[in-house]
Amino acid sequence: MRLPRGGESVSGMNLPGDINLSMALCVWRRNFTVYRHTWVTNILPNFFEPVLFLVGMGLGLGVYVGGNMRGQDYVAFIAPGLMASAAMNGASFEASWNMYIKMYFSKLYDAYLATPAQMQDIAFGELLWGTTRALIYGAGFLVVLLGFTLAGRPILTSWWTLLVPLALALIGAIFSLMGQWYTTLINTIDLYSYYWTLFLTPMFLFSGIFFPVSDIPGGTTIAWFTPLFHGVELVRGLCQGPLELRHLGHTGYMLAVCALLLWAVPRRMRKRMVK
Amino acid sequence: MAPEPRLSQAAVTARSLRKSYKDFVAVDGIDFDIQRGECFGFLGPNGAGKTTTMRMVYRAVPVSGGSLVVLGHEAGRQTADREIKRAVGVVPQEDNLDGELSVRENLEIFCRFYGLSYREARNRSSELLEFVNLSEKANAKVMELSGGMKRRALIARGLAGSPQLLVLDEPTTGLDPQARHNLWERLFALKRKQATLLLTTHYMDEAEQLCDRLVIMDKGKIVAQGKPRELIEREVTRHVVEVWHGEAAAPALPSEMQPLTRRSEALSDRLLLYVDDGEAAIAAAARHWPNLETRLRRSTLEDVFLKITGRKLDE
Ligand SMILES: Nc1ncnc2c1ncn2[C@@H]1O[C@H](COP(=O)(O)OP(=O)(O)OP(=O)(O)O)[C@@H](O)[C@H]1O
Ligand SMILES: [Mg+2]
Repeated sequence: MRLPRGGESVSGMNLPGDINLSMALCVWRRNFTVYRHTWVTNILPNFFEPVLFLVGMGLGLGVYVGGNMRGQDYVAFIAPGLMASAAMNGASFEASWNMYIKMYFSKLYDAYLATPAQMQDIAFGELLWGTTRALIYGAGFLVVLLGFTLAGRPILTSWWTLLVPLALALIGAIFSLMGQWYTTLINTIDLYSYYWTLFLTPMFLFSGIFFPVSDIPGGTTIAWFTPLFHGVELVRGLCQGPLELRHLGHTGYMLAVCALLLWAVPRRMRKRMVK
Repeated sequence: MAPEPRLSQAAVTARSLRKSYKDFVAVDGIDFDIQRGECFGFLGPNGAGKTTTMRMVYRAVPVSGGSLVVLGHEAGRQTADREIKRAVGVVPQEDNLDGELSVRENLEIFCRFYGLSYREARNRSSELLEFVNLSEKANAKVMELSGGMKRRALIARGLAGSPQLLVLDEPTTGLDPQARHNLWERLFALKRKQATLLLTTHYMDEAEQLCDRLVIMDKGKIVAQGKPRELIEREVTRHVVEVWHGEAAAPALPSEMQPLTRRSEALSDRLLLYVDDGEAAIAAAARHWPNLETRLRRSTLEDVFLKITGRKLDE
């Protein structure tokens, strides 16, 4: 066996915040390898949940709502938002339970910290992976919507739909980062139930997926503070138009939150894990 | 090619090295130098601070005080730490293999962290699997391995980056005697290739066999250091006479043996006499206690260890 050859400098691009991209990609690659083994069992429930909502709410409730959702087909109204929520869920699972297990139970990050990787690289790699997973779920849903569209439902009516994956990635990034932020705050894995019931689920219900937020008093104001609302509006705008100036605002809002969290979260992760 | 300037330097130099967790001081100002190419041991009772010291050396935890230079890099700054981590391989005390991957995938992912390409990682993983005799288990999931196999996989993983310095935290705990000796062979092979080894162990025979020099830690401090044989001769005597008296009260030391005995220690079932002149002492003991079993043996590192850190479990 060859030995010792070690000691070449650590290569790879360094991003701001001293994040080494090649280390982050190693973390991504590991997750991708695991996912390749398990995607069949993993993708089905995550993928079917929004499809169930689409069919149940859209077709079921749609009978009563009819074309009264501002003159729009109800399935077509809720479909883009459900796609955004699929991306949110994909990213949130990774940044919460999965990450917590790697931090404290399987000690995987302890193993990585013995390599040239630093905690901020690992956090960034998990962010890339969470975003990828959001993209996988969102894109799966997009394919279903394409089917509905071809079958005559007016869901994907704009060529801007081609940019939907970018919006899904942005949603994935923002929810990965928020999940990671929450992960740095808690001391027991049970506390994720609060993250879900007090944060993600209300957002799912009140971010304009099922009804326009302007229809409830104060709805628009509250919704403006929640990232999912901006994601839903952006995806809906891309799928169905018309794109307006406010869509730039939605995009800018999400980019700004991402930038802020990207600055803060890897640092916090490092403080938390390297003591 | 220009000569490698770092080769002349020590592999690790620590001065007044400290580590505290909140108010608790785990490593309390220790000094040591590890030369390149040597096997350096850390011994000490549970909680002495060995693992904490290792973790500082491989830059998984920050240093609280003092200075630490590893392979020519002053520890502390992120860039220096990365360079250190690049050149140091780690076999941790706790099993942290990736349970969701196969053994081979575990190694491949680690190789990638050290900058190997996909193809290089595959080849290196095969080499490593062979080196630790795990080729047949390459595609097994980690949880399908026995405890000893997991340790061997960890050792292979520690070598993924072809380290200049290999840190082994209790590498042989849980191995069967066969596997332990195999591992020793492999560590000797690594040493012949100029790798520096930093080792902790609770097996004194292992430390005596493998380590060129060692330190004994207790409660965060270094309490003794040196070459194993030197340490034995300095801290205890060359020989020990054991007088086995069973459960009866320990016999008193007869006056004729007192000049021969530097120190005596009463255990529950035997009396230990630390002597310089083994021949004379065993003869005198056999004369004096014809009905008891008397034995002469060389002193071991275990005697040093127990003398220095106290026979806590017996007390
Ligand atoms: N993360 C931590 N937070 C607080 N205390 C810690 C932490 N890690 C270690 N310690 C404490 O530091 C002391 C030294 O621990 P360390 O793991 O270095 O011991 P050791 O010499 O390796 O023991 P062993 O032989 O049992 O492995 C112990 O008292 C331990 O409780
Ligand atoms: Mg230890």
